[in-house]
Amino acid sequence: MQKALNKRKYVISMIFIIAGVIFVLRLFWLQIVDRSYYFSANNNVLRHITQYPARGLIYDRGGELLVYNEATYDLMVIPRQARNFDTLELCGLIGIDYETFRERMKKIREYSLYRPSVFEKQISKEAYGFLEEKLYKFPGFYVQPRTLRKYVRPIAAHTMGYVGEVSPRICEVNPYYKPGDYIGISGIEKSYEEALRGIKGSRIIMVDVFNRDQGSFQDGKYDTIAVMGKNLYASLDMKLQEYGELLMTNKRGSVVAIEPESGEILALVTSPGYDPNLLVGRVRSYNYNILAKDSLKPLFNRALQAQYPPGSTFKLVHALIGLEEGVLNLQTRYGCAMGYSSGPIHVGCHAHAGPLDLIQSIAQSCNAYYCNVFRTILDNRSLPNQAAGYAKWREMTCSLGFGSAFDSDIPNLVSGFIPKNEYFDNIYGKNRWRFLTIVSLSIGQGEILTTPLQLANLAATIANRGYYCTPHIIRAVGKQDDRQEKFQQKHSIPISRRHFETVVEGMYQVVEAGTAHYYKMDSIPICGKTGTAQNPHGKDHSIFIAFAPKDNPKIAISVIVENAGFGATWAAPIAFLMIEKYLMKEIKRKDVETRMIEGNLLSN
Amino acid sequence: MVREERNIFKNIDWITVGIYLLLVLFGWMNIYAAVFNEQHDSIFDLSQRYGKQMIWILVSILLALIILMTEPKVFNAFAFFIYGLSILSLFLVLFIGKEVSGSKSWIDLGGFDLQPSEFAKIAVNLAIARHLSSLNIRMEDLRTRITTFFLIGLPVILILLQDDTGSALVFTAFIIVLYREGLSGNVLIIGGLVIILFILALMVDKWIIIAFLALIALIWFSQIRKNRRDIVSLLGLFLLVAGFVYSVDFAFHHVLDVHHKERINVLIGKEVDLKGAGYNVNQSKIAIGSGRIIGKGFLQGTQTKYNFVPEQSTDFIFCTIGEEWGFIGSVLTIALFIILFIRILNIAERQRSAFSRIYGYGVASVFFFHFLVNIGMTIGLAPVIGIPLPFISYGGSSLFAFTIMLFIFIRMDANRLQLL
Ligand SMILES: [Zn+2]
Repeated sequence: MQKALNKRKYVISMIFIIAGVIFVLRLFWLQIVDRSYYFSANNNVLRHITQYPARGLIYDRGGELLVYNEATYDLMVIPRQARNFDTLELCGLIGIDYETFRERMKKIREYSLYRPSVFEKQISKEAYGFLEEKLYKFPGFYVQPRTLRKYVRPIAAHTMGYVGEVSPRICEVNPYYKPGDYIGISGIEKSYEEALRGIKGSRIIMVDVFNRDQGSFQDGKYDTIAVMGKNLYASLDMKLQEYGELLMTNKRGSVVAIEPESGEILALVTSPGYDPNLLVGRVRSYNYNILAKDSLKPLFNRALQAQYPPGSTFKLVHALIGLEEGVLNLQTRYGCAMGYSSGPIHVGCHAHAGPLDLIQSIAQSCNAYYCNVFRTILDNRSLPNQAAGYAKWREMTCSLGFGSAFDSDIPNLVSGFIPKNEYFDNIYGKNRWRFLTIVSLSIGQGEILTTPLQLANLAATIANRGYYCTPHIIRAVGKQDDRQEKFQQKHSIPISRRHFETVVEGMYQVVEAGTAHYYKMDSIPICGKTGTAQNPHGKDHSIFIAFAPKDNPKIAISVIVENAGFGATWAAPIAFLMIEKYLMKEIKRKDVETRMIEGNLLSN
Repeated sequence: MVREERNIFKNIDWITVGIYLLLVLFGWMNIYAAVFNEQHDSIFDLSQRYGKQMIWILVSILLALIILMTEPKVFNAFAFFIYGLSILSLFLVLFIGKEVSGSKSWIDLGGFDLQPSEFAKIAVNLAIARHLSSLNIRMEDLRTRITTFFLIGLPVILILLQDDTGSALVFTAFIIVLYREGLSGNVLIIGGLVIILFILALMVDKWIIIAFLALIALIWFSQIRKNRRDIVSLLGLFLLVAGFVYSVDFAFHHVLDVHHKERINVLIGKEVDLKGAGYNVNQSKIAIGSGRIIGKGFLQGTQTKYNFVPEQSTDFIFCTIGEEWGFIGSVLTIALFIILFIRILNIAERQRSAFSRIYGYGVASVFFFHFLVNIGMTIGLAPVIGIPLPFISYGGSSLFAFTIMLFIFIRMDANRLQLL
């Protein structure tokens, strides 16, 4: 019996060994075959913390700060780890109700259980103070520092543009962006996004079961340092910009001022505008909706995107082309009988002495004179027909920056419109149109459309006596003195310098004794040209372009005041004040200034 | 005296002692790693668990020496007396015990918490050995079985009264001893079948199982001679088994509380609840699984160091081994245990006295049960039952009890040639 029983040792040994083998097999599965435990372990302890670099700052041309960053905090959550905590306490800390909490958590869980999601955006500094102390009670939650844009002064909103959360579509296309990241959406913020955003860094830390920081993973071997965004040095003159916005109070329109020599934009005023601080942070979409619904369209960037017939300012273009083509000279005189008449066609003019020579025709802005000039350009004997004459005219006009958008650093520029021959062919039939068909182009009306920026560029080109640099808003990126190469290039106009000198003299006379002499300043020799853009929907738009001083000009400007009537009444004095502000730093004629600021044309 | 002592040290089984020391020291290292904190980085820091464990180890070695110098006849002679003392301490703990995490199973001895249930295993082992080695005792006798089960059952009931289910379950290990001493092998097989049926009853709808059992009964019926006696016993067997399934199902749904149900559901994979009962096991598996082949290295484990694994120095100490020493370390540990168990069986079989042999089997069985449930729990093969891993887990009471238990046996073995 005992002999049989001692065999049972082997049965029992087998049981022990089988148990051991089962354990070994199980361990083989857990530790070698199934890699998911390895990843889960990393998920438990490793936190990839994105280091968001500060966005680059923006300075004006005098080195004054325009845009900076303000710290804010996002409350992040990793749903997988968010367990066993007092939900109501958390709700209380961030000021939401339980229902909101549940809905958010549900959405976040659907996105990912393991990846961090933003639970509450942009917690204020004060709220963050409370939260930080109690954060250890909420496993799975942590705080991610972020920055928000702040604007020193409530100016140049359209130019600056705004920053907002990146759209899912961009995230798909560009792997740099993750949901919740910020990106420049319009203005400079958009066009200089890559310079401004810097380079995101990443830090891997280890946390314990309570989500407390336990230090860098492998001594920071895999960490990357965030690189701060580059600062931008804008060509804007903050004081001039601010003054322009003040002058345009309660008016629709725009002011564009350019330093002629460099193409640097000094002021880019669109009115009505808005405070750029409105489109920052949590209130952005709310305020955006309000602005978008406003009937005055404050979001519309008139300076860059509005297109107007240039009116009489375009007579300068005709004069330049006529002179260059040799169909016009200083002594050319045309009579004016309250306008230009040919058969059934009549283009009216105002009362003035006559006949006028070229300089006087600019000074008095005679419509009949320019009907004749435009006709002679189309009739140019060296060309086979009027269509060829028109094509030549169009080519030269476009060389002045019209009919296409500048390759500039401001997004969403529009091109304006200088019709091609085909355009008229389509309307009237090939060879079925001639000068009289398009006579309104002579005085800058009809099909032609230009933008305020293009008109300011025309003034700058004439001020330069024959070239322009692409108007741009940022002089330097990163270092203040590193001027952007691509904007240094001079675009030469195929019109000789002496013809420009002639037109400059005409523009000088506009202010000295012509259509704009009423607000003439003695201190600065200004060259200008009035214009009136016909407006089928209401009162005409007042236009004035100018540059000053006459020799060695420092500022070229275009002013458009919508529904203000004749160019000399509103646009010209505003341009004069801007020039005075920029060149003299202070305004002598306070009465003019007051009248301009107080003028309310919104109801026109 | 001197001569005798030398004799003992010459005769003790150094392999067993060696494995014992290896496990104890490896355990100490892993406790150090599991609760490591940088402010107290000395393994000898007495304010930390690793420092305390060092004391327990030193005390254990002292206890081992004392036992080795004890006359082995004492264990036989005092077996029932020790058993009586143990039962008394289990009674006492019900009144003066202090409660730790739900179980009222500790007596505070001024700084040291004594757990009488740990020592009860030794007492029961001695008592069974004594009882079954008596002359004229045969396992086949119903009386023997009843008295033996009574010896085991009494402390089990007292421990269950302390709400320490884990410790109480350990005593089922003695079935192995009884099997060795002549209890029918069917007991093991039936026991195994009952467990399988039990788990099936929880996992599968009871009517499916009962229908399946009926099918087996029908097939069986077609194979047997159709006399009345066989039919009746087959029918009886079927009803018994079906009744068992039904009552397990009933007990599960109507008797067990939610807490227990959850644990069982998680164990059999019916429920994946990573927040509640499944959390510990899941974190434990993550820690072990993340160790991969060679482990993260000593003190490099993140899961245990940063407290993702609960009870990491006591019941879940195997996680630290798995994480820091990897598959290689885990398998070596398991191998060491299995070698120890089989070594003990071999030593037991070479004993001339039935008392020593039975006691030896008891030692191996109790150790094996702890090993099986503890490691099984950490790798998700056994329910979460809080019992320590012998020699490795942190804790004075359990280390003392395991040491005393083992060294009594080593002492008996050292004397085997003298006792005739
Ligand atoms: Zn006229």
